[in-house]
Amino acid sequence: MKLELRGITKRFGSLVANDHIDLTVEPGEIHCLLGENGAGKSTLMNVLYGLYQADEGQILLGDEVQHFSGPGDAMAAGIGMVHQHFMLIPVFTVAENVMLGHEDTTFGGRLDLAGAREKVREISSRFGFDVDPDALIDDLPVGVQQRVEIIKALSRDAKVLVFDEPTAVLTPQETDELMAIMRQLKQTGTSIVFITHKLREVREVADRITVIRLGKVVGEASPTETNEELASLMVGRAVDLTVDKGPAHPGKAALVVDHLSVVDSRNQIVVNNVSFTVHEGEILAIAGVQGNGQTELVEAIMGLQHKVRGGIELNGHSIRGSVRKTLDAGVGFIPEDRTEDGLVGEFTISENLMLDRYHKPPFVRMGTLQLGYLDEFAREKITEFDIRAQGIGTHVARLSGGNQQKVVLARELSRDLSLFVAAQPTRGLDVGSVEFVHTRIIQTRDAGIPVIVVSTELDEVVALADRIAVMYRGTIVGIVPGDTPREVLGLMMAGEIPRSAESAA
Amino acid sequence: MSVATPTQTATTTGLERAAVRNWKPPIGLGVFAVIALLLFTVGSRSGVTMFRLSTTSDLIQLPEVAADVAVVTIIVTIVLFGIAALSAWRAYRAAPTPLWLTSVFAALFLVAFLSWAAAGATIPVPGLLVGAVGLSAPLIFGALGGVISERVGVVNVAIEGQLLAGAFASAVVASITQSLVAGLIAAVVAGVLVSFVLATFSIRYVVDQVIVGVVLNVLVIGLTSFLFSKVLSPNSAVLNSPPRFQRLPIPLLGEIPIIGPVLFRQTIIIYIMYVAIAVVWFALFKTKWGLRLRAVGEHPQAADTVGINVNRTRFWNVSLAGAIAGLGGAYFTLGSVGAFNKEMTAGAGFIALAAVIFGRWDPIRATLAALLFGFASNLQSVLSIVGSPVPSQFMLMLPYLVTIFAVAGLVGHVRAPAASGKAYVKS
Repeated sequence: MKLELRGITKRFGSLVANDHIDLTVEPGEIHCLLGENGAGKSTLMNVLYGLYQADEGQILLGDEVQHFSGPGDAMAAGIGMVHQHFMLIPVFTVAENVMLGHEDTTFGGRLDLAGAREKVREISSRFGFDVDPDALIDDLPVGVQQRVEIIKALSRDAKVLVFDEPTAVLTPQETDELMAIMRQLKQTGTSIVFITHKLREVREVADRITVIRLGKVVGEASPTETNEELASLMVGRAVDLTVDKGPAHPGKAALVVDHLSVVDSRNQIVVNNVSFTVHEGEILAIAGVQGNGQTELVEAIMGLQHKVRGGIELNGHSIRGSVRKTLDAGVGFIPEDRTEDGLVGEFTISENLMLDRYHKPPFVRMGTLQLGYLDEFAREKITEFDIRAQGIGTHVARLSGGNQQKVVLARELSRDLSLFVAAQPTRGLDVGSVEFVHTRIIQTRDAGIPVIVVSTELDEVVALADRIAVMYRGTIVGIVPGDTPREVLGLMMAGEIPRSAESAA
Repeated sequence: MSVATPTQTATTTGLERAAVRNWKPPIGLGVFAVIALLLFTVGSRSGVTMFRLSTTSDLIQLPEVAADVAVVTIIVTIVLFGIAALSAWRAYRAAPTPLWLTSVFAALFLVAFLSWAAAGATIPVPGLLVGAVGLSAPLIFGALGGVISERVGVVNVAIEGQLLAGAFASAVVASITQSLVAGLIAAVVAGVLVSFVLATFSIRYVVDQVIVGVVLNVLVIGLTSFLFSKVLSPNSAVLNSPPRFQRLPIPLLGEIPIIGPVLFRQTIIIYIMYVAIAVVWFALFKTKWGLRLRAVGEHPQAADTVGINVNRTRFWNVSLAGAIAGLGGAYFTLGSVGAFNKEMTAGAGFIALAAVIFGRWDPIRATLAALLFGFASNLQSVLSIVGSPVPSQFMLMLPYLVTIFAVAGLVGHVRAPAASGKAYVKS
């Protein structure tokens, strides 16, 4: 079915998230919506899906004007959505999730679970999915969960399918499989809107590309254009996609992690017998799909996990077990969720800059904050790290993601470090901030500090790493040199050990 | 690297689990075994305790069982230590202590304690249990309301208020109309009204649910106490003398030894309770209504994206929860006491809330938890009648002690409905 958006405008207060956006998706077309984080892609799709009401503009399906007052209307009209954050209920089975919202019942109001199972099986077999209708969502890997989302949309006969950043949680192999599914859907006449900021995927699968920036359509592009052309269209200026990085000069071994295991609150072994070493002046990247133990590994190093076994030594001293000990040993840390773990949103920039130094001079003397010193320090850091804010008294919750991350970076890098751990340091940042963060990480390495970068983005791993450790289901599959081909890394992220990788550790 | 066939990882689930030694059960059992040892040696009593198993009106008369206190307490103490040791051995092997073992432990402890406390007297077992069911009834109604409310995502601290409002309204209306049915309906309406306030403030105005609940309890206590002393007391003949439900024995079932008198020679309101437990369980887990209700309480956004109106679902189900809790209130006035009294629910709503948690948000388990709490309350009154050596003040603490131990220690790691207590606001 043909989908047409005409002049869609959506405002949140004074912010114009979508400014007169026009978009046409033909039947059997894969239409990519390309834009940076915060460009307004998700807002547009939420308008299409009835979650938001547009302030101006029209939605047309097969040349008929539609009025959606909620997602129910959009679904009834034939729009399906595969959400970035899966809209699945973790404690329900696949069949229950698929039937939710349009349940069939049998005698006595009983749920027709048999029918729902049958439907899941039927759609699964049509697309060659291997999905057990009775499996609990919580027990399924994310790749399969995404298929459940697709099944959910197809079970309602969706004619237009929206994929909102679908590859963020997938391995490269799973991404390829998803692309194949999208092509298959396209052949059956389904219109597909594919939202992403990953240029590689766009060029591989798109029939047409619409680029939006700051809430406006800034142009159409063809999939044959180069990455640089697409990126500059997306960002609005020429972008250098490669990171400027000289060769590493590794020194002595600094961090030694020895047979480390972490058990979570459900007694699952989330980090399983992991050993590695990080040398001074090198970047060890920990690659892997989200949820394979990277988070817990980093938390264990920072002393944030309780059930830990094994050794963590920094320059010959154990730093296991206490956050205080870890920080005093000079470990700098960028947590993966900066708003949750990295900053206090209702504190000012200057307060956030001293969060982990509250107990020592020069910030505190005789139990009182040295506000004069703090102000001076904050001003200095705002200039040094190019934090765009009204002043040092601005609450960090008001800053953009990029500037928030710069505050975290400024705090952590302004201490004397003996180890720097950056978890997902550029997640959700705009291209400009990504460049800045990457440059600072490499400068830190060049200053002779051992660096660990955890990232789920293969591009970032390849750009920064001197060596790469790939994690899969809690174990390190292998540690390979930084110039390892992506294909090999992709296989490792799915748990396979390529022969070439075995010796490099 | 071509496009692969559907991924091989599709069937792999979960991670390897670590064998973790959980020392909580053996420690808990050990502590109780030591308590038994101290109680039965330091405070040793002699004599014979009679357990009466039948009531005088029973068709089949079971003989009374005699227990020699010294023999029973010694044997039980030894077995208790044995069970604790077994539990410790299993913990060392990283195996859990099975529930039946804990149950056997608890039952043995109870038998020994009863014989010890009532040394020389007779314990009427059916009476003990009938009283337990009676005291549990409001807890069970309250817990069912709590389960529904929390499953849909609204923490219901106002169960106490709903019970009290139900008790008050049913007493007044039943007195005026002299109709028990009218009284029951009034209780339902009163419970729903309290729920309306809870639902409106927590859902429409996004006020913290716990705070609204607490305030509502205080409001209902204040309001009913005021009306009781200013209106009901001076006119108690007209306004506070409701009729009471009579016992309605069920033929055959009522003649089963022990179970019959306990479960099937009850008032109609208890029979309504049985039906309510079954219906709530079935509806919650087997029907469209239940699926949607649970979806809203687990992941409201997901429910919203499939076209379920989250806040409407919450509003009406919180109201339903109030209706059920209101019925529990009617049991106080029309089922047991026969008149309304100031603050007569005396914290039953909070115990019901504990039963919800102890019962892991499941109607059947919550019912069992409520029965346990009811039993503890009744044990206290029975023991004070037979004249136990334990001070009555201490016995009065028993139900609450059981509650704390149950909720804190035995529940273990439980998962509340994920979105319970969180208002749903579309971003």
